[in-house]
Amino acid sequence: MKQVFARPRTLAETPFTYCPGCTHGVAHRLVAEAIDDLGVRGRTIGVASVGCSVFSYNFFNLDFQQAAHGRAPAVATGIKRVLPDRVVFTYQGDGDLAAIGTAEIVHAANRGEPITVIFVNNAVYGMTGGQMAPTTLLGMRTTTTPFGRDPRLAGYPIHVVELLSSLGGVAYLARVALSGVAQIHKAKKAIRRAFQVQLDGKGFSLVEVLSTCPVTWGMQPVEALRWLEEHMIPAFPLGEFVTPETRERA
Amino acid sequence: MSVQTLADRRVLMKGNEAIAEAAIRAGVQAYFGYPITPQSEISEYMARRLPSAGGVFLQAESEVAAINMVYGASGAGARVMTSTSSPGISLMQEGLSYLVGSELPCVVVNIMRGGPGLGNIAPSQADYFQATKSAGHGDGRNLVLAPSTIQEAADLTILAFDLADRYRNPVMILGDGYLGQMMEPVVFPDGQAPRPAPAWATTGAREGPVRLINSIYLEPDSLEAHNLHLQEKYRRMRAEVRVEAYKMDDAEIGVAAYGIAARVVRSAVDRARAKGVRAGLLRPISVYPFPSEAFADAAEHVRGILAVELSAGEMVEDVRLAVNGRVPVRFFGRMGGAVPTPPELLGRIEQALREVSL
Repeated sequence: MKQVFARPRTLAETPFTYCPGCTHGVAHRLVAEAIDDLGVRGRTIGVASVGCSVFSYNFFNLDFQQAAHGRAPAVATGIKRVLPDRVVFTYQGDGDLAAIGTAEIVHAANRGEPITVIFVNNAVYGMTGGQMAPTTLLGMRTTTTPFGRDPRLAGYPIHVVELLSSLGGVAYLARVALSGVAQIHKAKKAIRRAFQVQLDGKGFSLVEVLSTCPVTWGMQPVEALRWLEEHMIPAFPLGEFVTPETRERA
Repeated sequence: MSVQTLADRRVLMKGNEAIAEAAIRAGVQAYFGYPITPQSEISEYMARRLPSAGGVFLQAESEVAAINMVYGASGAGARVMTSTSSPGISLMQEGLSYLVGSELPCVVVNIMRGGPGLGNIAPSQADYFQATKSAGHGDGRNLVLAPSTIQEAADLTILAFDLADRYRNPVMILGDGYLGQMMEPVVFPDGQAPRPAPAWATTGAREGPVRLINSIYLEPDSLEAHNLHLQEKYRRMRAEVRVEAYKMDDAEIGVAAYGIAARVVRSAVDRARAKGVRAGLLRPISVYPFPSEAFADAAEHVRGILAVELSAGEMVEDVRLAVNGRVPVRFFGRMGGAVPTPPELLGRIEQALREVSL
């Protein structure tokens, strides 16, 4: 019988420990499929961050380094600079990348470090129990914005892809969503393309992955996916923002 | 070809540049740093020389980023180094803790300046506590070497790389603004080839088992076991104690000083001897591990010990612990970039000897 579905070699045989309905597992699988497709598992090094994905190294069948909160792009820079022929990626959440690690991501992108960043944006701090993230939507209730995020007190959601798109070192920036099969297919393509850009030595690549956190959002998993479609995608437009082609034209 | 004599090979160099050249001779493969006075010449030298020596130079966006680049490169198997001055070490404390927790070798140079806060850019030894008592949060330690001459700065830098590898631990070179800025003749050994990546390094797993660089141990039992392993390593590091005794054999008063302060003390000891005052210098070269045994031994035959530092009194606490009340310990320090003169120290030595002889 023809096999039509299997665990990617890049995924370890470890059950995910994420909450029911969390999209981290889907994002992990897409990363693993991209690495399998490109045939680079044996020369890929991942950098885990701090947040719900702190244990992501458990789920990948890859060499991994665990970075301090927000510092994954600096750690990845250190790895890539001494091993330029390896594939290096970070896997970071919104608090890690867009709050405490803002300096590290901006400068890694600006230097054009040929690394790939998987940026999971679920608009909330999941691991610490649902506090406001830099990407929390206006009016959205979290444990630290109990009356809804008020821009006069807590500012505005940060649009990371748009923020980075002005930087000269950036070669590929895309925002995708894990809200359904069609979107997941697009996400898979974008993640694969981001790794391809790294292999081609074009520069820095990042894919922002709009994701759900049903537990801290206080929703059922399906309801969370709907909320992602109805609220997150309008606030964070999807698409490819920078590609090597648009860079060449510019 | 004629055989070069040692004198032929001497070059006149700033301390900062000598440290950088020594690192290149030690086969450093990557340097990450952020400019800060009084050590920026290390970065500048590396920017000029390291690429042609086959290494990587990168100016980081902050000391926070620099130490995390060190983490990544060390974890990827490279011989790696950063350098900074006091406020930069404060920013690197986080990274140092992760390096210690993940058992990654690296060399960190701290050319101390005056504090607290922005302080000034003048020489200081005010960061002894920060350097020797903890590598960031969480019970971690770095091995700390404190050179007193430019030659020693070069020699200890080369040694630091070997010790970092031997113990899989950060090693700090603790200098000060004078050591960084002053020039002296220095001789370098021939350069070493870069060492191969250790087996534990994350270089891409190929078809082998995957490797992990990590400091998380969520279960209390496993974190305690990890800490017990680290503590056992710090005990083994005691083999690296280094100390110089100068005119201590018949000394009535021992003067404890390290780094640049020991240079001034040495002159003061010579002046004391010229006056018939039996003074000696006991100079820790490793300040962590501290040469406690040498001080305990000295306490058996001196009347007292005077600790001299460019601080409010930090190393003196280690001296007191080592001496354990056997003889009186006095302290004299200058702060904020002020440095005592040999005549000033001679007066302090004589005063201390009078006090402890009462």
